[in-house]
Amino acid sequence: MKISLDTVVKTFDTFRAVHGVSLEIESGELVALLGPSGSGKTTILRMVAGLEYADSGKIYFGAEDATDIPVRDRGVGFVFQHYALFPHMTVAENIAFGMKVSKVKRGKQEIAARVADLLRLVKLDGLGERFPSQISGGQRQRVALARALAVDPKVLLLDEPFGALDANVRRDLRRWLREIHDELGITTLFVTHDQEEALDLADRVVILKDGKIVQQGTPEEVCREPNSPFVMSFLGDTNRLPATVANGEARIGDATLPAPGVADGRAEVFLRPGDLDWAVEGSGVAAKILRVIDHPGGRRLLVAPKDGGALELDVAPEIRARAGDEGYVAVRRGRVFAA
Amino acid sequence: MSASTDRKPPRIGEQPAFRRALIATVLVVTAFFIVAPLIVIGMEAFSQGWAVYAAAISDADTRHAIMLTVVTALIAVPVNTAFGVAAAWAITKFDFWGRRLLLVVIEIPFSISPIVAGVAYLFVYGLQGLFGPLLQAHDIKILFALPGIVLASMFVTAPFVARELIPLMQAQGRDLEEAATSLGASGWRTFFSVTLPNIRWALLYGVVLCNARVMGEFGAVSVVSGNIRGQTNTMPLHIELLYHDYQTAGAFAVASILAVLAVVTLVAKVLLERQGAGRGGRHPALATPQPAMTAPKLATEKST
Amino acid sequence: MKRRVLPGLHLTLGLTLLYVSIIVVLPLGALVYKAASLGFVDYWRIVSSGRSVASYRVTVLCALGATAFNLIFGVALAWVLVRYRFPGRRFVDALVDLPFALPTAVAGIALTALFAPNGWFGAYLAGIGVQVAYTPLGIMVAMAFTSLPFIVRTVQPVLEDLDPALEEAAQSLGGSDSIIFRKVVLPLLTPALLAGVSLAFARSLGEFGAIIFIAGNQPFQTEITALLTFIRLEEYDYQAAAAVASVLLITAFVMLAVTNLLQARALRYTQRA
Repeated sequence: MKISLDTVVKTFDTFRAVHGVSLEIESGELVALLGPSGSGKTTILRMVAGLEYADSGKIYFGAEDATDIPVRDRGVGFVFQHYALFPHMTVAENIAFGMKVSKVKRGKQEIAARVADLLRLVKLDGLGERFPSQISGGQRQRVALARALAVDPKVLLLDEPFGALDANVRRDLRRWLREIHDELGITTLFVTHDQEEALDLADRVVILKDGKIVQQGTPEEVCREPNSPFVMSFLGDTNRLPATVANGEARIGDATLPAPGVADGRAEVFLRPGDLDWAVEGSGVAAKILRVIDHPGGRRLLVAPKDGGALELDVAPEIRARAGDEGYVAVRRGRVFAA
Repeated sequence: MSASTDRKPPRIGEQPAFRRALIATVLVVTAFFIVAPLIVIGMEAFSQGWAVYAAAISDADTRHAIMLTVVTALIAVPVNTAFGVAAAWAITKFDFWGRRLLLVVIEIPFSISPIVAGVAYLFVYGLQGLFGPLLQAHDIKILFALPGIVLASMFVTAPFVARELIPLMQAQGRDLEEAATSLGASGWRTFFSVTLPNIRWALLYGVVLCNARVMGEFGAVSVVSGNIRGQTNTMPLHIELLYHDYQTAGAFAVASILAVLAVVTLVAKVLLERQGAGRGGRHPALATPQPAMTAPKLATEKST
Repeated sequence: MKRRVLPGLHLTLGLTLLYVSIIVVLPLGALVYKAASLGFVDYWRIVSSGRSVASYRVTVLCALGATAFNLIFGVALAWVLVRYRFPGRRFVDALVDLPFALPTAVAGIALTALFAPNGWFGAYLAGIGVQVAYTPLGIMVAMAFTSLPFIVRTVQPVLEDLDPALEEAAQSLGGSDSIIFRKVVLPLLTPALLAGVSLAFARSLGEFGAIIFIAGNQPFQTEITALLTFIRLEEYDYQAAAAVASVLLITAFVMLAVTNLLQARALRYTQRA
C-alpha cells in the first residue's frame, strides 16, 4: 500500500510540531524517519497511524483519503517504543488480541494456528504461554511485531523499534526485521534517532529537523550528497574548517575542493575523518599530531593544523604515527557549504 | 533491607540502646493510643455478657440501622465507583482545558468537615434550601430520608476511587489503550480487556476504603438524616443514640460490628497493597499528598 | 472540539462533570449563597460572637496541640517503621491506618471509655490530678487519634527513599548521629513533614464524630466550631449555622491551598535531591 502525506501540519503546546510535511512512501518500501528528538518524527508516524489527527493536510493510503479514518479502522500495525504489550495477557494472547476483537470473525482454531505461525515467524516458538514480564527485551520487541502483523496491516509502523535494546541485540534484530520485511513485502515506516540504524535498515531515509523534511533519499544519496551542514553532521562525525571559495573551488591549506554552486567568499568545509589521510611528506594541510587513538579497524589521529583549529582523521592501521609527529593532512574529498 | 545490617557500617540511629528505647517508646504509645481503643470496644461490648450483646445486636432498631447502612453502601459505593472510573478515564486518557481544576474539585470533599457537608446539603434539599419548596410541593423526600443519607455519603467519599486510579493510570500512560485501539478494539473492549485488568487491584482498594467510609460516616449523615430512630439511623448514628441513652453496652455492641469492619478493611488493605495497590502500599488510606494528582503531566507525546 | 484518538471522552467527562456538579459543587455553592445572603453586618455579628470566637479558639488550640503531638510521635513512628526491623513491625505498620478505617463515632466512644474518670486510663490519670475526658485535653486526644496517619504516611515514603549516601557522606565528614539527623535528615524530611502537618491540622479543624463524645461540649470551654454549627441547626437557626459553617469552609479552602503549595514545594525539593 502506497502512503502519501500532503502538507501535513500539527502543532502542540510543546515543541514536537510538524510544519507542512509532504512525503510519498511507495508500496513495499521500508522507510526511516530520522531526526533528533523534537524533530516531529514520532508525531508524523502517529499521524500516519491515526494516533494523532493532523491540524491540516491529508494522508492517503493508496488512493483512499485516510486522514479522518480512526486508528481502529485504519488497518495499521503499530509497534510502540516500549512495546505496550498487555502485561496481563500471555504472549499468545497478546498476538491473538487483534484477531479476537476484529470485525472479521475467526474461529478459535484459526486464531491459534495463526498465532503459532506468527510465533514461528518471529522465532518465539514455545514461548506463547509466557507473560511479557517473563521474556527478554528483544523477545518483547518481536512479540510486539507479531501482534502488529497479526491483523494483516496495510502498513507497518514502528516507533524507535530498537531504542530500548542492547547494542548487539539491536544489530541482530535490525537484520532480522529487514528479512521479515523482504519476506512479507509490507510497506514499513519506522522512526529512529540513530543514523546508523536508519542507514543499515531502510530503503530510503527521510531526515527531519524542527518539523520539516530537510532531505530524503536512499542511504547512498544522503550519505554522498548531504544537502546541508545539518544533514552532514547528523549522519556522522565531521571536521569543520573555515575556507574561502573562489571560482567554484574552496581552498584549505595546499588542497582545493570543488564547491559547485557555492558563492565566492567565506565558506565552511565539512570533512569526514575517513576522507582525510596522513602523510609525513607531501601536500595538504600542515599539522602536528596531538593524540593517536587505536581501534580494531584503524587509528584515529587528533591533529592540530598549523593554521589553527583541530582535525580528526581515520587512517589505516599500518600508518605510523605518534603524538608530536609533524606532517600533512591530505584531503581526499569534502563538502563545502556557504558560511 | 536490614537483615544484614550487622555486616554493614551502621546508619545513624543504629546504636542498640537508642534503637531499643525508641522502639519500646513507640510500641508503648501505639499500644495505649491505637490498640487500647480497639480492645476497649470489645471489652465494653461484652461487659454485661453474651446475652446482652446478642440482644443489643438483634434489637429491631439496631437491625434496621444495620440494614440502612448496608443499603446506603450498596447504592453509594457502586455509583461512586462508576464516577471514579469515569473521572480517571477522562483525566488520564485525554488532555482538556480545566483538567487540573477538575482534579482539585474532586479532591475538595477530603478537606471539608463532614458537618459542613451536611449543612451544605441542607441548603440544597432542606425546606430553607434551594430546592426545598419545590421538593415539598411534589412531596419528594430527600432530607431526613435515604436519598439524603446516600447523597451525603457520596459527597464525603467522592474522591476515594478516583484518587486511587488517577495516579496509577497516569503512570501507566496511554500506550496500552492506543495499542488495543490500533489493533481494532472498541472503546468498551479496550476498557474491559486491557485497562480494567491492569487497574483492578487499585480499583478494589478504592472500593474497600470507600465502603469503610460510607458505612462509618457520622458527621455529614447526622445532619441530613434527622436521626429518626428505627427509620433514618445508620449504625454510627445508632451508636450515638444508644450511648446518649446510657445503653453503653448496646452502643459498644453496635460499635464492635463497625470495629470488625475496620479491622477487615485494614486486612484487605494490607492484602491489596501486596498486590501493588495503594501506590506501593505507602500511602494513607483516606488522604495523602499526591503530587501525581495535583500536577498531572500534560504531555501526550512520547519521545519524538 | 478536537477529535480524539481514544474513545469515551464525552461519556466519561460528561459523567464526571455531572457527578461533581451535583454532589460537590451544588451543595457548597448553596452554602456559600446562603451565607452570602446574610449581608455583611449580620454575618459579622454571628461569626464574631463571643461563643463563635471561643469555639474557634478551642478548635484551633486543640488542633495545634494534637498536631504537635503527632509531629513528634508520627516522625518517631515512621522512623521506627522504616529504619528498624523488629517482631510485629508489619502489624504496627497496618495499625497506623486504623484511625482512618475506624468510624469516628466508634473512635469517639472508645476514647471516651478509656479516658473518662472511671475508665482504664482516666482512673489512673485522675489519681495524679489530670482529667482528660470532657476537657480540651480530651479534644486533643480525639484529634490526635484521627489525624495521626497523615503525618506517618507522608513522612514514611520520604524516609524510605532517603539516599543512604547522604548519611554516609555526612558520616565520612565526621558528623555525629544527632548532628546528621538535625542537619541532613530533618531538612530533607521537612517538606513532607510540613505537608503532613498541614493535612493533619486541617483534618483536626474539621473533625466532629470522634470529638463530641469526649469533649464535654461546654460552650466557651470545650465546644468546637463544628459542634457549634450542629447546635445552631438543632436550634433551627439556619442563618447562624450557614455563617459558622462558611467559616469552616473558608478555613478548609485556605488549608487546601496551603497544603497544595507545601506539596508542590515538597515535590520540587525531592526532585532536586
